[in-house]
Amino acid sequence: MKDAVASAQLPAKEAGQQAYLKIAGVVKKFGDHTAVDHVDLEIHQHEIFALLGSSGCGKSTLLRMLAGMETPTAGKILLDGQDITRLAPYNRPINMMFQSYALFPHMSVEQNIAFGLKQDGLPKDEISARVSEMLELVQMKKYATRKPYQLSGGQQQRVALARSLAKRPKLLLLDEPLGALDKKLRQQTQLELVNTLEKVGVTCIMVTHDQEEAMTMATRIGIMSEGQLLQVGTPSQIYDYPNCRFTAEFIGETNLFGGAVAVDEADRVEIDAPELGGRISIGHGITGPKGMEVWASVRPEDIRVDIRPVEPGPNRARGKVREIAYLGSYSVYHVQLGSGKVVKAMVPANRWYEAGETEPTWDDEVWISWRDDMPVVLTA
Amino acid sequence: MHNGKLSPFLKGALVVGFLFLYVPILSLIVYSFNASKLVTVWGGFSLRWYASLFENEQILSAVWLSVRIALAAAAAAVVLGTIAGLVLARFKRFPGSTLFAGMITAPMVMPEVITGLSMLLLFISLQQLIGVPTERGFFTIWVGHTTLCMAYVAVVVRSRLVEMDKNLEDAAMDLGAKPLKIFFVITLPLIAPAIASGFLLSVTLSLDDLVTTAFLSGPGSTTLPQVIFSKVRLGLNPEINALATITVLVVGSFVVLANYFMLNAQRKRDRAIAEAMRADAPKLPDVPLESLGRPGRA
Ligand SMILES: Nc1ncnc2c1ncn2[C@@H]1O[C@H](COP(=O)(O)OP(=O)(O)OP(=O)(O)O)[C@@H](O)[C@H]1O
Ligand SMILES: [Mg+2]
Repeated sequence: MKDAVASAQLPAKEAGQQAYLKIAGVVKKFGDHTAVDHVDLEIHQHEIFALLGSSGCGKSTLLRMLAGMETPTAGKILLDGQDITRLAPYNRPINMMFQSYALFPHMSVEQNIAFGLKQDGLPKDEISARVSEMLELVQMKKYATRKPYQLSGGQQQRVALARSLAKRPKLLLLDEPLGALDKKLRQQTQLELVNTLEKVGVTCIMVTHDQEEAMTMATRIGIMSEGQLLQVGTPSQIYDYPNCRFTAEFIGETNLFGGAVAVDEADRVEIDAPELGGRISIGHGITGPKGMEVWASVRPEDIRVDIRPVEPGPNRARGKVREIAYLGSYSVYHVQLGSGKVVKAMVPANRWYEAGETEPTWDDEVWISWRDDMPVVLTA
Repeated sequence: MHNGKLSPFLKGALVVGFLFLYVPILSLIVYSFNASKLVTVWGGFSLRWYASLFENEQILSAVWLSVRIALAAAAAAVVLGTIAGLVLARFKRFPGSTLFAGMITAPMVMPEVITGLSMLLLFISLQQLIGVPTERGFFTIWVGHTTLCMAYVAVVVRSRLVEMDKNLEDAAMDLGAKPLKIFFVITLPLIAPAIASGFLLSVTLSLDDLVTTAFLSGPGSTTLPQVIFSKVRLGLNPEINALATITVLVVGSFVVLANYFMLNAQRKRDRAIAEAMRADAPKLPDVPLESLGRPGRA
């Protein structure tokens, strides 16, 4: 319904295609600490899936269980129909690109890439053919005989990628693939990496705590918190329809209003929101009884700011401008409501000029409002 | 140390320090060329003590024994010490692992008199029980030195392993290598410098050990330090000066060569790194952030 781009990236899945990787009820405990808590997940072939979550939420642990470096306390992992839960790492058709690349420092670029192929006992000429194919793929032909320490961060990343792709794994795991690069290089490498992965057509799971990276690179995203997988969906699904407060706040910025359901009709819901000092009206029904405690999430870019009073009604409030962050093509206004709650609103830079109005500044009185199809109702 | 200049006091301290370290060695070298038999009186330049040194059967056989023991003990210590270091650094904690870690290093801190004495008692009772070792000599000294040196090797290897990225081994496993293969192809090459320095340290320790050796040597197996010690007790000896000078020469040139090669390698490495860093510089223009993230809402 929304994003043509995101849905175009989607692999042909819903059409009855069966999951390529299936993670079923996987638990990992370290002593009494549960690092991964009953995770169920299905990944389709050729998909680039991103696991997103804050530090220590169990992303790496889940990845290491897929690679075989850790054994699940409970649950099952199936890849392409084969149960690999207890298969040794060196027998799995899965390769991993490590967080700090883990290139072998005493081997040249070529030898690093050839390492996995040698373990498989491939004939010499096939190994060298495969190695040069990989070097071509990541454009590192010129550097074949260098040692890892003679490479820049970006080049090391490409060698690590080539090494993990050389064995043509059924599943590629990427642990913070760009975490070691600086911000500038990262943005450029993101696109480069996606291009390479799509060219090869490998199924991929990547771990990151950078939401922008996940949104840019992945076809689907899984949000993790405290060992649990909270939501899985395409970037736009997760952004537009978060299913809980954690996801709503973790992906992008949002304003959350808590309240009780006051009017509950088939095509309309109203929520009494004390923080707003009024009601939030939503143009669709929800499943839940009257009086239920819910939260409404309103994205800053969906909030309109006016300097003239708006008609009284739901979805609006009066407030004072506390802070303005000018970010070029738009500004973020921090508006403090009567309840003390500060609401963030994103205002396009040309908004005031086009309306022929003077721009509000600090401590000016403004009115905020939004359409009733903007809020998302969250019950958890 | 600020602005690179030394204050007069620091300069003085430096000079005194160096004098303190090197005057004894210098005087030893000078007197090894003394023609006079009296160590304290200069009798003109001569090489006669070098000549008589190379005719002295006792000293030569002691040198030969010491070298053999040092190499054999270092070799054994490197094997055992590496295994111990590996266990200390890599294996999951097991009941008693702290005790094990402490016990490995015990020979380093234990007074050598006690190590030597306890080994002697062990060998004597072993001889009574099973008949070996039949006599004290090369074998018993070798066992004693190995015990001592192994502790040092274990410590050196362990600290190298701890600072080595564990992910390297995981990566090798991920690429299909089995544990034993990983040890020989990845771990061993990477800890080789630590093993080499453990080996050199062991050779040094063994070559100059006197106390443990005194307990474990028998008639006919006298090591170099024992010979020197017994000779010097009978008065200073110019032959020993000559021997010491040769030792200083060998050790000194070894250190200079090693430093030279290490510096060279470091310089090459630095240049390569600098070059690699430049490779990241010329790049595509920035991709604006807004065009990537945040899918807009219709
Ligand atoms: N071998 C281990 N023994 C004990 N606890 C562990 C072990 N490995 C991970 N943990 C714990 O499990 C939790 C999850 O760790 P994990 O490395 O999976 O986090 P993460 O999501 O990858 O975080 P980050 O983004 O910081 O890499 C953490 O609380 C961590 O302390
Ligand atoms: Mg991690």
